Amino acid sequence: MIPPMIEAQKNRREILGGAAGAAAATLWPRAIRAQAAPRIVIVGGGFAGASCARALREADARLAITLVEAQHTYTAPPLSNGVLGGTRTLAQQQFGYDKIAAAGITVAIATATTVDAQAHSVTLSTGDKLRYDRLVVAPGIALRFDAIPGYSAAAAAQLPHAWTSDGTQIDLLRRQLEAMDDGGLVAIVAPVNPSRCPPGPYERASMIAHYLKTKKPRSKVVILDSKDTFTMQELFLKAWKELYPGLLEWKSLSSGGNVASIDIAKKTIETDFDNYTFAVANVIPPQIAGPIAKLAGVADRTGWCPIDPVTFESLQQKNIHVIGDAALAGAMPKSAFAGSVEGKLCAAAIAALLVDKKPAVPKLVSNCYSVVAPDYAISIAGVYHPVNGEYVDVEGSGGVSPLDAPAALRAQEAKFADAWFRTNTAEIFG
Amino acid sequence: MRLPPHIGEGITQTLIMRTKRLLPALALALMPANVIAAPAAPPPPPGVAACTGCHPKSGGDAAIPQLAGHSADDIIAAMKAFRSGTRPATVMDRIAKGFSDDEIRVIAAWYAAQK
Ligand SMILES: Cc1cc2nc3c(=O)[nH]c(=O)nc-3n(C[C@H](O)[C@H](O)[C@H](O)COP(=O)(O)OP(=O)(O)OC[C@H]3O[C@@H](n4cnc5c(N)ncnc54)[C@H](O)[C@@H]3O)c2cc1C
Repeated sequence: MIPPMIEAQKNRREILGGAAGAAAATLWPRAIRAQAAPRIVIVGGGFAGASCARALREADARLAITLVEAQHTYTAPPLSNGVLGGTRTLAQQQFGYDKIAAAGITVAIATATTVDAQAHSVTLSTGDKLRYDRLVVAPGIALRFDAIPGYSAAAAAQLPHAWTSDGTQIDLLRRQLEAMDDGGLVAIVAPVNPSRCPPGPYERASMIAHYLKTKKPRSKVVILDSKDTFTMQELFLKAWKELYPGLLEWKSLSSGGNVASIDIAKKTIETDFDNYTFAVANVIPPQIAGPIAKLAGVADRTGWCPIDPVTFESLQQKNIHVIGDAALAGAMPKSAFAGSVEGKLCAAAIAALLVDKKPAVPKLVSNCYSVVAPDYAISIAGVYHPVNGEYVDVEGSGGVSPLDAPAALRAQEAKFADAWFRTNTAEIFG
Repeated sequence: MRLPPHIGEGITQTLIMRTKRLLPALALALMPANVIAAPAAPPPPPGVAACTGCHPKSGGDAAIPQLAGHSADDIIAAMKAFRSGTRPATVMDRIAKGFSDDEIRVIAAWYAAQK
């Protein structure tokens, strides 16, 4: 079945003569070619890819833009921990692609299965082959299901990771928390760096603790960590002491938090020092760039994708750009905020490159809120620019919320978290 | 589910073949005007990409101060006050410190020009 957005798009594209223009582009001399319709294909319709598509559409009306996305519905991870805390609904996290299609972007709901960088083509799960002048790879992360003995892709149906834009995962974790008896243990397995949303596991622990405190106060949360330090650590520890005393425990690497194996049937997690019997387990495995990055030849040995920080073009493949969590972006965190900005800047760079102009040197901001209770949020902000081919902090900028702050400031940050989410998602999906 | 044929390889091939017979200039003339129209507005300056996720170019959320349509002078004054710490802030003090006078001026001018 052809999804309606593609059907609607078809008519529009015929009016615009997109394919004819694109085909002609390859035949015309350079001067005229600049007037034709270059084809841009974007793989991945998350914060990064969908932002890029919208910004390209605004930057240049001539472009033939195709956004390839595997899912009909995008479940935005930011604030999704609120679904676990009972402060937000799953529906508030979910977005479709109709408005993006209506804006004049061809939306293909399919999985990109291969990229031929020499032939400039992408093959989809539908069998279709898309030709591109420039390809943007924005697939987010792949979870390394092989990293923890006992865990696997299949195990995620029982021990959810809830760490991607697949909404069934967060829904499953929510339902498991609801079904759990009072007095049970909720174990969160936190990954090594680099990973998506560094404060995310700790925000999640807070939101689950909030739910338990209000609904199942004899229960407990334990974070089993492969790290000895984490972002905004002091702020989180202080908040937990105030809000969730005795309810939430953090086990660092050196205090035995590192997970050795998981036994799903017995519902136990073995760490370097201990054995935990859990009622609910949320396993967040280590991560690499989404699989299409490797298939396109843009991922390096780390599993992530090195890029030119000005154009976001891959250092390994010409005419392929990488944005969002999949990219190796120096000091910049893997956040939706940063991914969305990267999408816009990559679009501006592509628009410039297509008319043989030099792209402007970008400046990026990432500002991530962590909501630890209703009316209580903290944040980490950073401003970044490229220096010697790598993103670094602009000296003297950025930082975290003050350790000592009145309740009104924490409440204000919680309001900002909501408002950022509404504004940024409206900009992308609205 | 199949994609519509216009973005499939097969159709593109036939169109390439058909287009080949046209002189480039003629092909250009046959294209609808809106395909070759220049962008309506110049793209926003680079610093702006970092701002619009919270401060959109129009509309927006009541919880976050709107910038669009404010005078450039007001925006510049606010940014400089956040940067120097003379104006109390929740997050803008941390962010403003990453922007130079020139960047602030360009961003402020862009917002002032949005209606
Ligand atoms: C619990 C949690 C809380 C978070 N909170 C915040 C927050 O408060 N603020 C913040 O800024 N960030 C937050 N983040 C981080 C944020 O979600 C990610 O950084 C962001 O989603 C990255 O965007 P992306 O576009 O790179 O990847 P994604 O959002 O994962 O989007 C990638 C898309 O590509 C699609 N895709 C992948 N491969 C293919 C393929 N081969 N073919 C077709 N489609 C494909 C996927 O279906 C997906 O929709 C949080 C993350 C989590 C898990």
